[in-house]
Amino acid sequence: MSWFHKEKQPLEAPKAKRVQTEGLWIKCENCKQPLWKKDLEANLFCCPKCNRHFRMTARDRLQMLFDEGVYTEHDQGIRSSDPLHFKDTKAYRDRLKKAQRETGLDDALLTGEGLLEGRRVIICAMEFQFISGSMGAAVGEKITRAIDRCIAGKLPLVIISCSAGARMMEGAVSLMQMAKVSAALARLEEARVPYISVLTDPTTGGVSASFAMLGDLNIAEPGALIGFAGPRVIEQTLRQKLPDGFQRSEFLLEHGMLDAIVPRKEQKGYVSRVLGLLAAPGASGEDPAS
Amino acid sequence: MANQPQESNEARALEQQIAELQQAAESDEVSRAEMERLQAQLQSLRRKPSSKHNGAWDRVLLARHPSRPYTLDYIDLLFTDFTELHGDRRFGDDPAIVGGPARFEGKPVLVVGHQKGRDTKQKLARNFGMAKPEGYRKALRLMQLAAKFGLPIVTLVDTPAAYPGIGAEERGQAEAIAYNLKEIPKLRVPLLVIIHGEGGSGGALGIAVGDHVVMMANAVYSVIPPESCSSILWRDWDHKEEAASILKLTAEDLHGLGIVDEVAPEPPGGSHTDPKAAAELLRPVVRAGLSRLASLPAEQLVKRRHERLRRLATFIS
Ligand SMILES: [Zn+2]
Repeated sequence: MSWFHKEKQPLEAPKAKRVQTEGLWIKCENCKQPLWKKDLEANLFCCPKCNRHFRMTARDRLQMLFDEGVYTEHDQGIRSSDPLHFKDTKAYRDRLKKAQRETGLDDALLTGEGLLEGRRVIICAMEFQFISGSMGAAVGEKITRAIDRCIAGKLPLVIISCSAGARMMEGAVSLMQMAKVSAALARLEEARVPYISVLTDPTTGGVSASFAMLGDLNIAEPGALIGFAGPRVIEQTLRQKLPDGFQRSEFLLEHGMLDAIVPRKEQKGYVSRVLGLLAAPGASGEDPAS
Repeated sequence: MANQPQESNEARALEQQIAELQQAAESDEVSRAEMERLQAQLQSLRRKPSSKHNGAWDRVLLARHPSRPYTLDYIDLLFTDFTELHGDRRFGDDPAIVGGPARFEGKPVLVVGHQKGRDTKQKLARNFGMAKPEGYRKALRLMQLAAKFGLPIVTLVDTPAAYPGIGAEERGQAEAIAYNLKEIPKLRVPLLVIIHGEGGSGGALGIAVGDHVVMMANAVYSVIPPESCSSILWRDWDHKEEAASILKLTAEDLHGLGIVDEVAPEPPGGSHTDPKAAAELLRPVVRAGLSRLASLPAEQLVKRRHERLRRLATFIS
């Protein structure tokens, strides 16, 4: 049950984990074992004792998937314009600046183009530390541009989701990104370019209800929280405790929403194999009916 | 407010753009629409300093008013021969979504929308207008039926949210909405969307992709309910008025942001004061919307729709 309590994510990424990692040791939240930080990193941020998948940064994701960690970044510099002039206890502008400073990114998504086991692909990775990986106009635009590039270059697309959903501070503008990106995916589908959606912990709200669930393949990391409504919202609405494992990857697989659960260590090989099957030379873009 | 000077700069820039468009707007429809959008933006910008919370919360209350006409009321008042069709052919029939073929001023259309309940029994039966995956799948099935037979689609939006429940999650609430967002843009028939009550986040958007999106004057459209926004930002519900204001969820706000194409008038005091009059005010909007979209060939309609969605972007590059 413990993981449901962890859903009380503040707006900024929690510091606790990072503070712990400043030392050489970190305690696994799942098996409570002390881990040497270097061991965790060397193990792709999975607990060497219990295989719990820790959150990864967008940069580490691209590093992990591209051959030799080499890629060209696209659409750098696309940032939020704060379309609502949103200000609560703090100005959204300041939240953005803080997130930009802390992550070194312009917004919550990074796009890279490069080789994955020798095949040219475009990968978008979401950054949870940037305002809970939420999708506003910058994220929506970057994904749409990535899709346009994939259509133009017949390049397979991989999106690694890690997000609490639409970005509240951009109001209905962020809502519209769901429609914009999904319509762009309809065009990608028409171009018969493969799209693999990788859902990681957590993928909820407006991100799960748009591009994350629209892959030709939807694959997830083990134990990831995936759903439309967050568990807290459901608990409050129903006034009851949720069953163990509810909205976890294994639950979604059982209910037919995922093609597979793929542990992080197997991810690159899995994606490569699937793309080899779906996008083999001559196999894509041919319409048997025409 | 600290950013006052910046806002007046913005107002001046808007005024100038409006002035520049004025001449072109006399002969050109696109320019006129753009000019109206900028005027709405300017209006919403100017109202800010005078009334602190913009009256946005009042709109939320009007949009949720228990006597406000619901989707079936508009269907009854504006359409004939409505033939309700049930079920998603997958799992079940969701009473929070209603739809079927009907006639508007004699011409066949397909009408679909969220339905709230009036009395307690109905409210429960309709799940307060909160649809489940089977509701979104039913809506898409009906829309695809319309596309098959060339019927334009009129979508009536009024929901607090997609239902956050265990069964809904098990059956893929996220997938159902996502799939609609991918499939609806493909339909080769006109999509006229009318947000007449609550436009509750993804629960609304799941059926609300359109070629022409109309919002009634007192309707609201938001990424999150003001109460939830308040509880996230202030950790209580006491700031819901302020949350409503900063979320920019009124018809004018959304028109100004270019998300909504047209604001439809309501009777003085709101649609609940006179549902019949509200429907009659909506009639010419539906008529004009359908006839304008009907004049476009399907190819162009779909292309224009994708371009419209592509433009929903405000960012710095
Ligand atoms: Zn562990």
